[in-house]
Amino acid sequence: MTRLQPGLLAGVIAALLALFLLMPLIAVIPVSFTPSRFLSIPSGELSLRHYRALIENPLWGQGAWLSVRVGVVSAVISTALAAAFAIGIWMLRPRHTGLLMGLALLPMVAPPVVSALTLYFFLVTLSQFNDFIAYDRWAGVVMAHVVMVSPFAVVLISVGLAQIDRRMDLAARSMGAGLGTRVFKVIVPNIRFSLVLSLFLTFVLSWEEIAVTLFITSIEAVTLPRLMWMGLRDNIDPAIAALSVVLIVVVVTVILGRTAWQMRSNKGDRA
Amino acid sequence: MTRRHMLLLGPLLLFLAAAYLIPFLGVMRWSVTLPEPGLHQYRAALTDPLVQSVLIRTLRICAMVTVITVAAAYMLALIWVRSGPVARLLVELCILIPFWISVLTRAFGWLALLSNRGVINTWLQQLGIIDWPLVMVRNEFGVVVGMVHFLIPFAVFPIATAMRNVDERVLMAARSMGASRTRIFWQLFVPMTRPGIMGAMLLVFVFSLGFFITPAILGGGRSVMVAELIYLRLFQSPNWGLAAAMSVVLMAGVGVLIALMLRQLGERTAR
Repeated sequence: MTRLQPGLLAGVIAALLALFLLMPLIAVIPVSFTPSRFLSIPSGELSLRHYRALIENPLWGQGAWLSVRVGVVSAVISTALAAAFAIGIWMLRPRHTGLLMGLALLPMVAPPVVSALTLYFFLVTLSQFNDFIAYDRWAGVVMAHVVMVSPFAVVLISVGLAQIDRRMDLAARSMGAGLGTRVFKVIVPNIRFSLVLSLFLTFVLSWEEIAVTLFITSIEAVTLPRLMWMGLRDNIDPAIAALSVVLIVVVVTVILGRTAWQMRSNKGDRA
Repeated sequence: MTRRHMLLLGPLLLFLAAAYLIPFLGVMRWSVTLPEPGLHQYRAALTDPLVQSVLIRTLRICAMVTVITVAAAYMLALIWVRSGPVARLLVELCILIPFWISVLTRAFGWLALLSNRGVINTWLQQLGIIDWPLVMVRNEFGVVVGMVHFLIPFAVFPIATAMRNVDERVLMAARSMGASRTRIFWQLFVPMTRPGIMGAMLLVFVFSLGFFITPAILGGGRSVMVAELIYLRLFQSPNWGLAAAMSVVLMAGVGVLIALMLRQLGERTAR
């Protein structure tokens, strides 16, 4: 007897929902080719002026470069902090694991606007003592992003650790390996895939972070999302459509490439 | 626990305590000291007609968004888990692609689709169906559409997990006893996936309470929600005490909901 499959009606509804999910991503394409200065659908003539504006207006390049720098530094710091923490929990299994994990995951579950206000308070306070990790400075943005993305790294690395065989670490310890050797020679090589994944995810999360960034920057540390926000609020700038098309093409290429690669390796396994 | 083990657990915990916990206590202090000591900001947060109307609107929008999102996610998850390989792959792509695209790009996509000079209004006018553009953004409709679009992927994952855990033999038994497909779906499949539905509803509701970027862009300042009101009270018509008090109330509400979620999760794993 075959497994029950969803009926035609369910299929039609799901197809409409899938269309709903993709529609706004497709709608930006015609808008990005409009010849006019405001959001509109081109009638007849197409223009690349908004793509040219992305290259010619230095603000977009500066914003993107700042976002890359912030993203890379935040990814490295948050992955390192999260890896140490997750490995510590895994090795020690302390009595208050639930409480410690709760604290580490707090910025992920708290409403973003509360985190934003909290980090705003912190950075404004720090600004009274230094000019580096401060309000509207790039190091301040890095600090705030590390707070916001570390929980995701903790989750990813803990999942990776759950799959290691504990006896490996016990064997190393009984052979007299010290803490450093156990961490760097035994555990880290076994979770390197999770670490790479965590670097990637934390970079992406920092690259597109806007809720907190909006509160803690104004005119100096303008990341790419912050720049997009400014162009979306008042008069909508069609350059954002061009930028959106570029970002969407990157994401779609990566996902399709990954899917194709997965399907090929699945076939390879079966052959 | 040795001192060297604290080298692993310490850095992240100290960092989060310094950059998140202590500043949040500072925000709490603002809420009872600005502009003067006392609990009057909390009284204002509960009795001021403007704040009250914003709170009621927030709860109404979040409830609507939760119901629509979970219903839509249920249909998508159904096709994703129980269809043939081609439909499964297509649904997976339609969920993953929007998931990886930033909230700003997605909100902009809805502006491109729904605004007065957007795709839908331009087409309907060219076809002569309407004379004046339909107002679909800068109101509650736009906010709900944008939030549902953002949250569907998050709701699909817990529901799909619950659907994968459904025991196929129960469905087959019902089938062989002559139950109709509709009856199997409503009387067996839906009740068996109830934990997934409840989990998804709580998750979506918690997420949508703190929503900020999508309502700000698609609501255009007309249908302000709690998170945006906090932003406005901080940067546009300052009343830091009130912003802090609303943050504390929001955090407490989310805390209660998360406690409920964890309890439900605990019951499910205990069974």
